[in-house]
Amino acid sequence: MFRLFLASLALVGTCLTASAQEAALQTILQEHRATIAESSRKTIGPAIDAIAASGLPQAQRMLETWAAKDMWMRKSDGLFFAGRKGEGRTYVLTDFDTGATVGSFASSELAQLKPNSGIRAMIGTALVRFQLSDPDRGKRLSALDSIQRAPEAVLLPPLRASIEAEPDVEIKMRKQRLERLLTIGYDTDHRARVQAIDDMSDGLGLDLRAALNPLLVTSRHVAPALPDEANIAAVLEPGREGLSVVDAYDLLVARDLAPPRVSQDDIRNALAAHIVGGRVGDVPVAQLDTDAARAQAYAALARAGAVPALVTQADMAAAVAGHVFFDAYVEPSRAVTEAAQQALDRIDLKVGMNQTLDLALDAVSLASIYFLAAIGLAITFGVMGVINMAHGEFIMMGAYTGYVVQQVIPDHTLSIIVAIPMAFAVTFAAGVAMERLVIRWLYARPLETLLATFGISIALQQLAKNIFGTQARPLTAPGWLDGAWVLNDVVSISYIRIAIFVLALIFLALFLYIAKRTRLGLEMRAVTQNPRMAGSMGINPGRVNMLTFGLGSGIAGIAGVAIGLFAKVTSDLGSDYIVQSFMTVVVGGVGNIWGALAGAGMIGFLQKGIEWMNPSNTLAAQTYMIVFIIIFIQFRPRGIIALKGRAAGD
Amino acid sequence: MSTLLEVSGVSVSFDGFRAINNLSFRIGNAELRAVIGPNGAGKTTFMDIITGKTRPDEGRVIWGEKSVSLLRLSEAAIAQMGIGRKFQKPTVFEDQTVQENLLMALKNTRGWLGVLFYHPTATDLQKVDDLATEIGLWQELTRKSGELSHGQKQWLEIGMLLAQEPRLLLVDEPAAGMSPQEREHTTDLLVQAARTRAVVVVEHDMEFVRRLNCKVTVLHEGSVLAEGSLDHVTSNQDVIDVYLGR
Amino acid sequence: MDRSFVARNPSVLVFLALLSLFTLVVTVLSEGFGIGVISTSFVKTLGKTLCLCLIAVAMDLVWGFTGILSLGHFAFFGLGGYMIGMWLMYERTRLIVVDAMSQAEIPPTPSEVVDAIGSQIFGVVGSSEFPLVWAFADSLALQLMLVVLVPGLLALVFGWLAFRSRVTGVYLSILTQAMTLALALYLFQNDSGLRGNNGLSGLQNLPGVTAAQDIVSIWFLWASALALGLGYLLAAWIVAGKFGSVIRGIRDNEARVRFLGYSVEVYKLAVFTLTACLAAIAGALYYPQAGIINPEEMAPIASIYLAVWVAIGGRGRLYGAVIGAAFVSLLSTWFTGGQAPDIPLGFYTIKWVDWWQVLLGGSFVLVTLFAPQGIGGLFDLWSNRRHPDRHGANLGPDAGSLREKEATQ
Repeated sequence: MFRLFLASLALVGTCLTASAQEAALQTILQEHRATIAESSRKTIGPAIDAIAASGLPQAQRMLETWAAKDMWMRKSDGLFFAGRKGEGRTYVLTDFDTGATVGSFASSELAQLKPNSGIRAMIGTALVRFQLSDPDRGKRLSALDSIQRAPEAVLLPPLRASIEAEPDVEIKMRKQRLERLLTIGYDTDHRARVQAIDDMSDGLGLDLRAALNPLLVTSRHVAPALPDEANIAAVLEPGREGLSVVDAYDLLVARDLAPPRVSQDDIRNALAAHIVGGRVGDVPVAQLDTDAARAQAYAALARAGAVPALVTQADMAAAVAGHVFFDAYVEPSRAVTEAAQQALDRIDLKVGMNQTLDLALDAVSLASIYFLAAIGLAITFGVMGVINMAHGEFIMMGAYTGYVVQQVIPDHTLSIIVAIPMAFAVTFAAGVAMERLVIRWLYARPLETLLATFGISIALQQLAKNIFGTQARPLTAPGWLDGAWVLNDVVSISYIRIAIFVLALIFLALFLYIAKRTRLGLEMRAVTQNPRMAGSMGINPGRVNMLTFGLGSGIAGIAGVAIGLFAKVTSDLGSDYIVQSFMTVVVGGVGNIWGALAGAGMIGFLQKGIEWMNPSNTLAAQTYMIVFIIIFIQFRPRGIIALKGRAAGD
Repeated sequence: MSTLLEVSGVSVSFDGFRAINNLSFRIGNAELRAVIGPNGAGKTTFMDIITGKTRPDEGRVIWGEKSVSLLRLSEAAIAQMGIGRKFQKPTVFEDQTVQENLLMALKNTRGWLGVLFYHPTATDLQKVDDLATEIGLWQELTRKSGELSHGQKQWLEIGMLLAQEPRLLLVDEPAAGMSPQEREHTTDLLVQAARTRAVVVVEHDMEFVRRLNCKVTVLHEGSVLAEGSLDHVTSNQDVIDVYLGR
Repeated sequence: MDRSFVARNPSVLVFLALLSLFTLVVTVLSEGFGIGVISTSFVKTLGKTLCLCLIAVAMDLVWGFTGILSLGHFAFFGLGGYMIGMWLMYERTRLIVVDAMSQAEIPPTPSEVVDAIGSQIFGVVGSSEFPLVWAFADSLALQLMLVVLVPGLLALVFGWLAFRSRVTGVYLSILTQAMTLALALYLFQNDSGLRGNNGLSGLQNLPGVTAAQDIVSIWFLWASALALGLGYLLAAWIVAGKFGSVIRGIRDNEARVRFLGYSVEVYKLAVFTLTACLAAIAGALYYPQAGIINPEEMAPIASIYLAVWVAIGGRGRLYGAVIGAAFVSLLSTWFTGGQAPDIPLGFYTIKWVDWWQVLLGGSFVLVTLFAPQGIGGLFDLWSNRRHPDRHGANLGPDAGSLREKEATQ
């Protein structure tokens, strides 16, 4: 009831005051009427500042209206109003200060204000200070975003002012952080900036580095003597590191402190331009095919005054020696740059450590991919001694199985759950068939097994091409595997890689369980160590070999599904992994699942390590890795985890 | 009698299993020696160590008048110094003729360039013929050795060993799978060979050892259990316990 | 044993006679020198096939006779091609550049010529500097020496490392494959100095030679035939003597050869290096006929195909390797070139371009399983060559020793 009374009172009040134009905002607007009406980016600044500085609550709405091109000027008296389209060609005007409708006017009586994008950006900045305290949480957040995007000195006071009253804890923390960052960049007091730098230097966020780095921007200068007032980062000695004499001289040339150098091209062009009767400066043209002859001819032209004189090394050295060269910080305050430098050094160390952690995570995930690809091989090659060049094609078959399953079952989560056993079944069957039909006849001839399985490999690859075409097929991961687990601005790992890591662990456990706890595992080990003895103990070596090979192939199929989730599924998928897989098994040590794990770990870390040293070039990384492995095998021919003694064979 | 080969205090273990345990052994220049022992006594490993196939964990292996240590040498270098080895299972190059097998074994340059430009001289061919006659394979010179009978392969291998003209012959179960006559022939060959060089025969067959009529070394669990004449060792209580008594 | 080499190996004479006859017939039928029945491109195909036969002979020497299944010989082949390609490309570009620059008003200095050649050759990889590996590219003689020296040295170093540490059997195969992959990946980089995946091109144009391609192709055919003949002769001479006896011994039982006092590693290294040089020579003759070389050619799969040819032809006999290489590579050209007729099955038409690889892979499995002697084995039916019953013992050294070990344990 009381409120209603107040509202009606206010309404009466506004009606009374509307014509009197006593309200502050319109007054300010009128003070700057000319510039506002002119809408020029160059001159509008004071007007916007005045509006924003008024601190009137209605200023926010006025600025928003202006930016939205809904502000109109009444031509009759030059007053500004918010306009909204009425009937026909009329507009309904509202007063900014009172919020009362002034009336409806024809568009001919009005002029619309159309701020250009530059002005709108300025208005946006001015608005931020209002939005910082806006009751709408979303508006406050977007204000913070816009400050972060385009930080400015003027935003610092309103930001500071808004912190105290901020009700939301999260936003308050963000505001405080942003306040510190802005302080670093824009506070007028050096001590406050240094203090802010010291406050922040425990973090490693990108925003902090973005705030600190501009403080350390340098520009290169040349002067007859070192100036006293400049904040000098480094004095450069021409001819030493960082600045060659030629570069130094070019700097002089750029400042018009020395004549430009004459390049070889200039000489040639100059000579060509001054050919007189087959000669240039007394030298026959035909003889101008050495630098010495050209220099002689050019010197003759220079003496004649036809061309500028050659700048010799000595000239350059002399010119350079007469000046000092230095890099100076753009930031004038020495205390600030020093603090920033120290803070950045500390941050760099911390970032370095975090990058190492990130690299290690990457390496672990690469290692688990290699482990997944190699684990089947560790069984067939490592345990059975059968070299299967078609292993990579089994991986490919697994990936294509996943693709086909996704065509039938559109739900990604369900399809992956179905695809894994399906891939195992398909490749298990293929492995068993291959073992029955080909490999069992070649157990005593490993080199021929290599060749026969290679034949199968090229046939399978071509078959895949014939069936699925040459273009890559998608195998899409379920939505919940999208995204990454972010620790901080440096360290993050995608969920899919975590899933692969977990899958690798599951396989390790599964393999250990099968090998150590099941009948098949027992028979497998028995047949591996002594097939004849195992045979006489009532174990059927043929059956065990078949199942073992099927198991290895089946795991390759599941690995294919996993790899297909992040790599493109093509017919070449397998051959991309086959050499690395063999390397993993060989480096790790044959005949031992831990060997495969160690090998995968080593190769994964090695590859990431080399990539880190030379990040631009993964090809080089692979090359060096293989070379390293070849050398490694010199020292541990039987791999990291080697069987010893007579069992290892010689 | 001067010592040709001296093995002293040699031990080797595989994955914790001690195959050879502080073994010492010596043999003179022209001596025939039989080494016997139960399965797993370390007979084959013993030969592996002498020929450089297995490196012992500790101990010394000293060769010849100049007392060269064999431990750092490769198998090929050891063979070139004059140690020949015959394997338990006959290992001849089955895809090559008897003549080629013998020519390959014949004492000559072993360097690859020398071998590349090697052309057999009349002397070499004569030596091969003589050896073939000695091992009873003169008729088979141009036959692929893979086509020979088991016993003939054994002889061919002994012939190859002799062609190397080694100063020490290590022979692993030469009589395995041979008929009585063939055994007799083999015994003769070995006894004949031992006149001019040292011969170590590893054998299971007591009858065969008796016929060799030489000093016997009994190995057990990687070390020497007893040494002496066959009669001496067969009356040794330890030997009876671990080997003969069963 | 005291008869002459040729008398002991009549097949060498037969082979050389057939090779000469083949060369003569092709020359007579060619466009360049004869009646023009055979197109120039087919002459080139035949010339290239002869080079492939030569590398197959090398492969047979190292695999069929010594038992080292090298999956790296195509790397040496490619390196040989690169070495000669560098000179061809440099010299040809130099001629073009000099010609273009002679039009300029001021005659070029030598360094300007070199810079211009550099920017011509390396423009595609965004560079114009000559990398160090091109230091000798201006000299035909030096570059010809490098054809043999570079692959030879690589084989020597790699082989020394591998054989010294007693890597044998499939391990060695995988290691050679890794070496090939490393080399190919290295060459794929733009900053390897050999134009990355662009490779070297325009190699079919001999600098300074004005003769047309139909003439040049015959020259290369002759050169390839000569190289194959000499290579075959060399290989046959090597395997016929005691050296051959030793390397076959190494193949069948490495340990036994060692106990005979032969330093197995040195022999393997000698064969590996020698065959690498042979492969390089074959490559140096092949790529001028192909016209282009890029790292793709050196991918591990090429070397595996080489093993396929030798296996299908019949390893352990030199003519088998030649037959295998010629047969499979020509057949492959026929099938993949789209010349083979499609087979309509009503519901599906078999296009051989798509199915040739399947056929090749399948037949390769069948040959390995049922005809380990390969095509060359057919000659045994005719000549009644008898094979010893090896009781299932394997040709390879590793398997041989494996069985040996089982027997002695």
